[in-house]
Amino acid sequence: MVVKGRIVWVSGPAVKADGMSAAKMYETVEVGDSKLIGEVIRLTGDIAFIQVYESTSGLKPGEPVVGTGQPLSVLLGPGIIGRIYDGIQRPLDEIAQKSGAFIGRGIQTTPVDMKKKFHFVPSMKKGDVVGPGSILGVVDETQLLKHSILVPPYHAKDAKLVDIVAEGDYDLEQVIATSEKDGVKVPLKMYHKWPVRKPRPYAERYDPTVPLVTGQRVIDTYFPIAKGGTGAIPGGFGTGKTVTMHQIAKWADSKVVVYIGCGERGNEMTEVLVEFPHLIDPRSGRPLMERTVLVANTSNMPVAAREASIYTGVTMAEYYRDMGFDVVLVADSTSRWAEALREMSGRLEEMPAEEGYPSYLASRLAEFYERAGRVRALGSPDRAGSVTLVGAVSPSGADFTEPVTTHTIRFIKTFWALDTRLAYSRHYPSINWMQSYSGYLEDVSKWWKENVSPEWYELRSESYHILQREDTLKEIVRLLGPEALPDEEKLVLEVARMIKIGILQQNSFDKVDTYCGPEKQVKLVKLMVKFFKEAQKALKSEVSLTEIRAMPIITQLLKAKFEIPEEQLQKLQDLDKELDEQFRKLSAGGSKTEEVKVVA
Amino acid sequence: MPETTAGIEYTKVAEIKGPLMVIDGITKASFDELVEIETSEGERRLGKVLEVGFGKAVVQVFEGTTGLTITGTKAKFLGKTMEMPVSQELLGRVFDGLGRPNDGLPDPIADKFLDVNGEPMNPERREYPTSFIQTGVSVIDGMLTLVRGQKLPIFSGSGMPHNILAAQIARQAAVVGTKEDFAVVFAAIGVQYSEAQYFKRSLEESGALRRSVLFLNLADDPAIERIITPRVALTVAEYLAYDLGMHVLAILTDMTNYAEALREISAAREEVPGRKGYPGYLYTDLANNYERAGRIKGKDGSVTQVPILSMPADDITHPIPDLTGYITEGQIVLGRDLFRKGVYPPVNVLMSLSRLMKDGVGEGKTRSDHMEVGNQLYDLYSRAQEVRALAEIVGRAGLTGTDLKYLDAGDMFENYFLKQAADENRNLEETLGRAWEVLSTLPEGELTKIKDKHVKQYYKGSK
Repeated sequence: MVVKGRIVWVSGPAVKADGMSAAKMYETVEVGDSKLIGEVIRLTGDIAFIQVYESTSGLKPGEPVVGTGQPLSVLLGPGIIGRIYDGIQRPLDEIAQKSGAFIGRGIQTTPVDMKKKFHFVPSMKKGDVVGPGSILGVVDETQLLKHSILVPPYHAKDAKLVDIVAEGDYDLEQVIATSEKDGVKVPLKMYHKWPVRKPRPYAERYDPTVPLVTGQRVIDTYFPIAKGGTGAIPGGFGTGKTVTMHQIAKWADSKVVVYIGCGERGNEMTEVLVEFPHLIDPRSGRPLMERTVLVANTSNMPVAAREASIYTGVTMAEYYRDMGFDVVLVADSTSRWAEALREMSGRLEEMPAEEGYPSYLASRLAEFYERAGRVRALGSPDRAGSVTLVGAVSPSGADFTEPVTTHTIRFIKTFWALDTRLAYSRHYPSINWMQSYSGYLEDVSKWWKENVSPEWYELRSESYHILQREDTLKEIVRLLGPEALPDEEKLVLEVARMIKIGILQQNSFDKVDTYCGPEKQVKLVKLMVKFFKEAQKALKSEVSLTEIRAMPIITQLLKAKFEIPEEQLQKLQDLDKELDEQFRKLSAGGSKTEEVKVVA
Repeated sequence: MPETTAGIEYTKVAEIKGPLMVIDGITKASFDELVEIETSEGERRLGKVLEVGFGKAVVQVFEGTTGLTITGTKAKFLGKTMEMPVSQELLGRVFDGLGRPNDGLPDPIADKFLDVNGEPMNPERREYPTSFIQTGVSVIDGMLTLVRGQKLPIFSGSGMPHNILAAQIARQAAVVGTKEDFAVVFAAIGVQYSEAQYFKRSLEESGALRRSVLFLNLADDPAIERIITPRVALTVAEYLAYDLGMHVLAILTDMTNYAEALREISAAREEVPGRKGYPGYLYTDLANNYERAGRIKGKDGSVTQVPILSMPADDITHPIPDLTGYITEGQIVLGRDLFRKGVYPPVNVLMSLSRLMKDGVGEGKTRSDHMEVGNQLYDLYSRAQEVRALAEIVGRAGLTGTDLKYLDAGDMFENYFLKQAADENRNLEETLGRAWEVLSTLPEGELTKIKDKHVKQYYKGSK
């Protein structure tokens, strides 16, 4: 039965309609004469409270509200990759074709081109048993991605495939297979729909143990995130949240990237659209856009659709996970999503908790981050996929004690704290190494040991220890000046400076430095640690700190990150020899040169 | 709107509170609709519908509710949202905060009427901004490059020369090597008469006034009108840019007054407040203004925004600068210390940032060493500041040779690079030349952010 009601009240994105007693919670409705899309978020008697995903300017009481009977859903099938959608999966290029450079209202679109033909290669045959998640066959969605055609999760278990088409070109509306159970025949197409607020089911959950390699040294080496894990990047404005998010989206070793621009700048989405088709994935050699989906609900687009954009994005991510892929979802920024919640909550006149946020903020955040994970997908063949969730947080006043940050921290395991002070001194990425942490460190160390270097864990600890010591010594320097420290401790400061410049700082805009592979990361750290140990030895054998500071190898070590590209890593070996050689000369020189005191 | 509500007049005022008026017995009214109010004395005011339903409409009165009465007040619902008449004739004109002429001249002939709220620009149709604008101000051109279509605010504090800087940018801004149509749209939002006059005079003296459109809501004008002032200004800016193909520089001053007007309405509506009493939707509302900057694929014009806001008590974490910084593409922060030292422009470079600089400079756009020089200057000044702090404890004598060089380079940076006259227009060559002179006082080995070939080409110091 189609629900038909009338608008009785309008205030911003919130609308009340009566005659809605048959409506369901979270049902999608068409609001007003211009058929704006909305969602029922509260029912009282026959009055429904609706959040509208488009501007309500000009809407008036008396206009109709028509139910669709469906909850807010996304269409899942080939053709999603490479597209840019708004918060409710409407393609922005199609909207632009219909309404020009500015986004109009009430525009009807389809999420993917239903007429586009894909070359379908069946992997099942007549008579096979099918159930939720079974792979019927594959199509090439992009050159980079073999898209598995999945039987929908809501399909009956243990059905029988009574028909499946031969290899060939089919569009999305064509029936490619038919299943039967207990005499009920179900036609299957290359797509299905799924309600965004409901996590897609899986067979079993695994522990995340494989790191997501992002090519960012401070992340991979010091605060790693695992595939299927969760992480948050809080930071004040100007600390480089968006650049860090872009870096993860560009270089993470996942098969699919879902990038959600949630209440952020329009130009940032344009930047991704302009840049990604030209950036080449270091592993596949194909443009990054061939593995990326964008969901853009910029800050000036309707606030209710911003709330939905997170769910739209994560549902698409889960869909690709179910094919057995590793998927990364970056959401920039979850604070704007929380603000959308707050705004709707305010209009619902709910009792607010901290700073006006609704009391269910924490549980909503928890539900979102719980949709991350590494899982065994439903159906056959057996396959594991993962969704890694990374959320940017924009704390007001860069204050990490505000509600969105404090609640987010409870549900994530990797915390990359961006530091305004580091950003002011142009230390990028401005991830504060004392405040940040990773709950996956132990979990992923096995992978590093087996795949990159057996010493990884020790090297990481030793270099991190130098940074920790520097942090303590800094206090003394602040009070008494550096000259108050003994040489041994001054050396700690010197090497910490080297680690900061040579390892932690990474220039996203430099062609070489933007991506640093695991092997290079370990080798760079190893060189720094080695320098420290050699310098300690030299100090003990009467070499002065001034001599050590004057060693040319230091500049070479600091520049190695951008001077030595991935394909010339043997040059790091040369650097290693050079290091040995310079220390040998130093100690052989024997005669201690006078320490030069500069008099002002 | 298929069914028009135009011209329906209501007389049943239920309540008047703060800037709001609640009207009863409403049969037809739409959200956001424009309302013309006639007081019992026959005075006309404008308002718009904030909320409608159950026979009631909540109307926000732009000119304030002073003098309104429960009986005898008429409200006419005009059946449309607030619109601004636009045409080329707007250039050279002065309007009030609601977009009505206040220069004594008649209404300009309208080419069309545009909804002042605008519509969100489709990110898919945006053209990514990459054209360098030379402002003639060294610190901006060299380190905080402004790019066409960017939104780059000035964060200031009371008494600091943000207006002088904005006026200098407006006078001098040019894209090198091109002679294109430009226009200035200036919106005064609750500023003092003298500030608006300064700006107007400055445009007049440079001959730019006839290419400018001014919107003036002064400190003694109705506060609620301020909600509309940036909107009408940006509507005109968008028209000039995307319909007439002009490069528009939009200056909005002072956005703090705008946010305060928003808070006043929110308080009157008894909404749950966010931080410091500002409404929870302050971010979205500010974004609806700031995001109206940029370029569109296939169109010639652009809107570049320089909003100015004064940070209450110089506090950058205050919600207004804070939320602004999250939306805009960088910020130019004026510093009280430099201002006290007499440095103009007193730009605190370490807190300032231009997010689009990387895309507007370099080979083929400005000069291949531009970005590196900018980064090295940041590094230099950041180190100099650290050394200054240290010198205060241990004295100059306790510093090493390199530290001393940084100390002096920091002073030279402030006095030779940063400091310039308010009417001094330096081209990019001169700006970068001065930058290299400052950098050349450091040992060559300190220039770790600059490629060797550029060091070889431009460095003038000793090893």
